Amino acid sequence: MINMSESEQPVSLKSCIRLCAVVFLVVVCTTSAMIATSFSHLGEGWTLKVALILAIAVVNAFLVAGHLMHLLSEKKLVYAVLAFTVFFFIGLMGLTVWATNGFPPGTVFH
Amino acid sequence: MDIPYTVEHRPDTGIYNAKLGIWLFLASEVMLFGGLFSAYILLRVGADQGMWPHGWLDVRLGTVNTLLLALSAITTLLAWAACKVRDFGKFKFFHACTILLALTFLGIKSYEYHDKWIHYEIQLTSGNFADGHLVEKSKNFDLAKKTGTVTLHGRMVEDRRELMDLRTPSAQAAKLDEITIAAADIRKMENYGPKHNTFTAIYFTLTGLHALHILGGTLVIFYLWAFGKTMWRRDPERFTNRIEVSGLFWHFVDLVWIFLFPVLYLT
Repeated sequence: MINMSESEQPVSLKSCIRLCAVVFLVVVCTTSAMIATSFSHLGEGWTLKVALILAIAVVNAFLVAGHLMHLLSEKKLVYAVLAFTVFFFIGLMGLTVWATNGFPPGTVFH
Repeated sequence: MDIPYTVEHRPDTGIYNAKLGIWLFLASEVMLFGGLFSAYILLRVGADQGMWPHGWLDVRLGTVNTLLLALSAITTLLAWAACKVRDFGKFKFFHACTILLALTFLGIKSYEYHDKWIHYEIQLTSGNFADGHLVEKSKNFDLAKKTGTVTLHGRMVEDRRELMDLRTPSAQAAKLDEITIAAADIRKMENYGPKHNTFTAIYFTLTGLHALHILGGTLVIFYLWAFGKTMWRRDPERFTNRIEVSGLFWHFVDLVWIFLFPVLYLT
């Protein structure tokens, strides 16, 4: 069996337009949901709101990457490149969170 | 000289070279923007209580730009699909839409930048703060010589913290007036440019870099749109691959905005 990525399969413009309409509708919904969450009263502070908004953004990003960039059916090598990227990105963010409360000796707080 | 694997797949990678190239490039781009997002997190977490701005950016404009970029990502995909079904006319149409949407995005971004550029915070010698958009400076206005006056459309506050969260009921209810201030009464006057505070610094850095990516992508798409006919006639499959590669870059730019919008405008 030949392993074809989505971008290599036969394309129909009509089915593409249908897919795009669905994707755009979901993008509109997720964007509205993010805005609604941002202006809602979800307890004190911003932590819960930020977490929710970013979770919705991840769904939005998954949609764009999965369908528009054909990532749902790509070749193994592309996944390998992305796996390395995700690994280093998580490392970068991990270091950031780890360093959040680390201040060099002698730091003066106002 | 023939460049190998522009159309056919390399046996060892299973994809054509340009596609592998763009994915490796995008991986490096993730780390570039990741570094800046990391800087954003550190700046935000490190800000004093109540000193990180909220509501400084226009959510309506940000939303419009989000939808514009989403639409442009879709027209990019449709342009590629039109190439796949060998319909050059539709390709031209869809990519013309992409270019127009991208230019509109940049136009709105420029308007937002301009809005920040003419927005001033003035610390008065009395200790109060005046904040608002510049209406006019008198002809003899000179801050160093302490001559002339400046007029803002905004409000006066006693504590700078009142300017930080514009989503509070008191900030929403604040009445904006024209305020004329003598240069002699000004201790410090600064617009909302990148050096105003760490928020504006990271805002201009992140969105500026993103806007440069939009500009670069638009130029490439325009080149393919305007001068692609020759390659289309000679080698349509290779041209389609070029459209796919430029499209992948464009979708990445859209992905970055999907995170920039909530991070900067909504949280």
